[in-house]
Amino acid sequence: MARRDSIMRKPKDSRGALRRMISFLGPFRWLILLVAALCVLSNLLALWGPDLAGHAINEAAAGKGKVDFDKVTYYVYRMLACYVCSSLLTISIHAIMMNVSKRTAKNMRQSVFDKLMRLPVGYFDRNQAGDIISRVSYDIDVISTCMATDVVSILTSTVTVVGSVIMMIRISLPLSAVTLFSVPAAILYPSRMRKITQPRFIRRSKSYGAMNGFVEEMLSGQKTIQAYAYEKRVEEKFDSINSSAAEAYYDADRYGVTIGPTMGSINNMTLALIALLGSVLYMGGHIDLGSISSFVLYSRKFSGPINEIANIINELFSALAAAERVFALLDEKEELSDAENAQVLSHVRGDVALKNVAFGYDGGKTIIHDLTMQAPAGKLVAIVGPTGAGKTTIINLLMRFYDVDSGSITVDGTDVRALTRRSLRGAYAMVLQDTWVFQGTIFDNIAYGKDDATMDEVVAAAKAAHIHPFIMRLPQGYQTVISEDGGNISKGQKQLLTIARAMLYDARMLILDEATSNVDTSTEREIQQAMRRLMEGKTCFVIAHRLSTIQHADLILVLDKGDVVEQGTHEELMRKKGFYYKLYRSQFE
Amino acid sequence: MRPNPACHMRFIWKYVKKYARRLFGVMGIKLSGTALELLIPYVMEHLIDHVVPTRQMGQVLLWGAVMVLLAIGVRFLNVNANRLSVRTAKESIFEIRRDLFHAALNLSGSQMDGVGLPSLISRMTSDTYNVQSFIQSIQTIGIRAPIMLIGGIAITLTMDTGLAAILCVMAPIMIALVVFISMKGIPLYDQVQRGMDDIVRVMRENITGIRVVKALSREPREIRRFSQANGETARRDIRAGMIMALPGPIVTLFLNVGLSLVVLLGARRVNDGLTEPGVILAFLTYFNMILMGVMGLNRIFMMLSKANASAKRIAQVAETEADLSPIPETAAAVQKKDGFIVFDHVSFSYDSDSEAADAMSFAGAKRQKCLEDIDFAIPRGGSLGIIGATGAGKTSIVNLLMRFYDPQAGHVFVDGKDVRTYDPDELHRRFGVVFQNDVIFADTIRENISFGRDATDEAIRFAARDAMVQEFVEAYEDDYNHRAVIHGANFSGGQKQRLLIARALAAQPEILVLDDSSSALDYRTDAALRRAIRENHACAATIVIAQRISSIMSLDQIIVLDEGRVIGKGTHEELLSSCPAYRYIHETQMGEGD
Repeated sequence: MARRDSIMRKPKDSRGALRRMISFLGPFRWLILLVAALCVLSNLLALWGPDLAGHAINEAAAGKGKVDFDKVTYYVYRMLACYVCSSLLTISIHAIMMNVSKRTAKNMRQSVFDKLMRLPVGYFDRNQAGDIISRVSYDIDVISTCMATDVVSILTSTVTVVGSVIMMIRISLPLSAVTLFSVPAAILYPSRMRKITQPRFIRRSKSYGAMNGFVEEMLSGQKTIQAYAYEKRVEEKFDSINSSAAEAYYDADRYGVTIGPTMGSINNMTLALIALLGSVLYMGGHIDLGSISSFVLYSRKFSGPINEIANIINELFSALAAAERVFALLDEKEELSDAENAQVLSHVRGDVALKNVAFGYDGGKTIIHDLTMQAPAGKLVAIVGPTGAGKTTIINLLMRFYDVDSGSITVDGTDVRALTRRSLRGAYAMVLQDTWVFQGTIFDNIAYGKDDATMDEVVAAAKAAHIHPFIMRLPQGYQTVISEDGGNISKGQKQLLTIARAMLYDARMLILDEATSNVDTSTEREIQQAMRRLMEGKTCFVIAHRLSTIQHADLILVLDKGDVVEQGTHEELMRKKGFYYKLYRSQFE
Repeated sequence: MRPNPACHMRFIWKYVKKYARRLFGVMGIKLSGTALELLIPYVMEHLIDHVVPTRQMGQVLLWGAVMVLLAIGVRFLNVNANRLSVRTAKESIFEIRRDLFHAALNLSGSQMDGVGLPSLISRMTSDTYNVQSFIQSIQTIGIRAPIMLIGGIAITLTMDTGLAAILCVMAPIMIALVVFISMKGIPLYDQVQRGMDDIVRVMRENITGIRVVKALSREPREIRRFSQANGETARRDIRAGMIMALPGPIVTLFLNVGLSLVVLLGARRVNDGLTEPGVILAFLTYFNMILMGVMGLNRIFMMLSKANASAKRIAQVAETEADLSPIPETAAAVQKKDGFIVFDHVSFSYDSDSEAADAMSFAGAKRQKCLEDIDFAIPRGGSLGIIGATGAGKTSIVNLLMRFYDPQAGHVFVDGKDVRTYDPDELHRRFGVVFQNDVIFADTIRENISFGRDATDEAIRFAARDAMVQEFVEAYEDDYNHRAVIHGANFSGGQKQRLLIARALAAQPEILVLDDSSSALDYRTDAALRRAIRENHACAATIVIAQRISSIMSLDQIIVLDEGRVIGKGTHEELLSSCPAYRYIHETQMGEGD
């Protein structure tokens, strides 16, 4: 089974995940080194404190009436100084690590987002928004929580363990042989457990992603679901997704939480071994009882940190699994980068030509078979045809959201693949049927395409798009905050905003995909003049259902099932009495 | 509005309560596990101090075996306690998520506007995750820490009350300090989670608007925008984390200062013959134990404040009173005129006074009066067309009719009853509706059309036929089992609209509402669709909102809306003579025919 295979393959990859996670810590390596140094210091202080206390108590042990208070206070003052320093060190260690971990998380989020901006449009058609978001929210959260606490623990523990082992060896080399059991066990056991838990933690992350995807999808259709009283069904579906997420969590953590106690028991076994081995050595006269006692003391020092590591190792494993999902996204195939010597499209004239273009989405069935057309600079090209004929696909190709499978598209005689995407796309202004606004002021939404837009320009564009009066009626006018899902603005108004946006964006070529489909016809007529001005002198590609709006087009492409069945002017096509004629007549039936 | 911040734990307790017996079980197991673990050093001491000097190998082996057995036993107990706590966390978080999702699905329009979709999504995901980790770990570390703290204090008290007095003074101060700082942390974590909302929002905006972003080459700007939200959240997170990292070292310092005092005071007491030096030594050990306890407590509070912030956000949604719950018949308005659907002098605006919106809304997304004095009636099987400028309030009429919002004045009736008296599902089941920006779900075409109403294959085929989508669907090899991808991205705009119309028609609704649902259809398809509805769905009361007069001219009644007011009402012919605005629209559109 393919899924099984991918699960089995994972543990190998996770070593890479660890390395890459560490590479994210790279920028902070000096800070981490500093933390390590501070850890050593605070550990030394922590060892020194009890030592001083011991001295003080020894002084006090002189007995009734014989205590030398000067010496006692001398040691106590040192103790106090030692503890104050140690606390300050701990605070700085935590502060630094908090900064490092949260900033690492921030950098990871940023890398994911930067990556998203480089992914082809198709990626977003294939993946659920909620799943993508879950990598940035849940997965990176897991990683950052783990780092904030665990890196410190690992560092301090390592210092303590190394220190204690050295002390133990100094006390009794033969007795230190027990570390031959405990150290390999403490290393081998978790790495074996990781093989068991890793695929489960990955499944856990995945099932959270799937759940988030579902939640996002359903909540964005919440109104429709209510309207059809579909809640029960959705909730039933959610129950099963929710429960498999819960089960995946249980399945992973059920194993995960055994690691801590097992490590603890390895540790306790070590104690038993020390006792036994110590007794044997004592009976053989190789060691005295005092040494066994202090050996035990240090080995208990040693056990604390091991327990600590044992407790966090579970988090570490789940963080690794989460990291894998993040890295999987970072490894997605990007939009092909611009050709090596890609030119910047400048001084655009706007001659667009498609030659023998064929295209299908992601190797699916071919949508456009063999399309050839010319759009000379400044001309208006209308694309008409029944729904599903492939009109929007042409736009996708013109904008290079997708690349053609064969044939070529040229702008001003240059193949678009030899141009930088940025300059190619920058040469188009676009108004789409699916309006898009972001949470921000109306001003920002209109000025979206132009960084240095002034208020006057924005108002002029809004006036041209006939949305100005509406904006002025809002309490905060152009500073009113609107949002994608908010109920405070209608769809038609959003469309007018995007038209204003396009008006402000000065480009030589224009794409209008059902640009006014949600605008009422009177408003549409009112903005017509402005639209004409907008289109003036530009190469325009217009998709429209209302054929009347494109009668004056210089070229009408009639598409059906991915092929151009007719092309010509309105008059030519009407004379031909073909497909276009029928389409046109049908409006008045 | 800031109630006692600790009170949100009650929300979590509500779900964990039913596992109380298991919780006690975990506690018991954890207790005995801890006790056994504490035995190990004693056994060891015994072994070394008393058994080894006797040089009896058999005895040594015996006690060694006891230690090994204890180690195994401790592991067994702890593993089981941990697993049980994971199980409790799993089961309670399942229910929390279920209830939260249920509440989210049933939020009213204004409540939804108030919370915002991105925030809802992050409550569903990141917040429930926080609560889940809390439920799991509180059980495992929540027992040990208090035991160590209380046990340590108790033992020291029995050893030397005088010295322990120092502790008794310091312990409350330390605990107060931990609690105080944790309380400071709660609002900070609230801010962190709100920052998370922003991150989710910017991501969603970019995922949905990726084409626009790329078309305008705005990637650098979007990266900046994300980086702002991201940076701000990280900043808050660091601040919260820093504050929560303070109590640990401070408490340690306090304890160690206490320890120094003990040594100092102890020395004096030894000098006075009141205590033994060995007692001071023992204090050292037990201070360590107390210290561990306080540190554990600190960790608990750290988790608590994070979980509390999340619990609050979850509870806000999960415990939202359904603000549009049915009202009793007695409180309902009485329908005064005839009609199957009646709007009786209805006025409405979106700036709701709902508490939820106040507590959770982002910006002053207010809007002036949206509908004013809307008054019309549609008989059973009758039809109404609504036309008017963008933003005139057309969609709001549908929102009120289906009771996504309540009007501020006037009443809406369906089938003789005030809509507010209906159970929402009962009301909605009468409808077949296509909204302006409606959604296709990632599911089969069949399920997208049937949409939970168990329509028969025949009904689905008929609906598809009437919606002019049959041919296109049946061209697929797997016809109605063909899957739509997320948001129907594998269909064109017109195909999606027709599928949505098929959905609306599938259950032979009593009321059919089409809100601008043919905007992406070409004329021919639109005309055929209208004919099919007229012929095959004649008994449905139909409301059509459209931009084109041709879509509504044949309906029984048409109202013309302008800025929320009805400025024309009648049939197509009547309006042509009585309503200049309508005539104007008509002229402009018929101009298209030339």
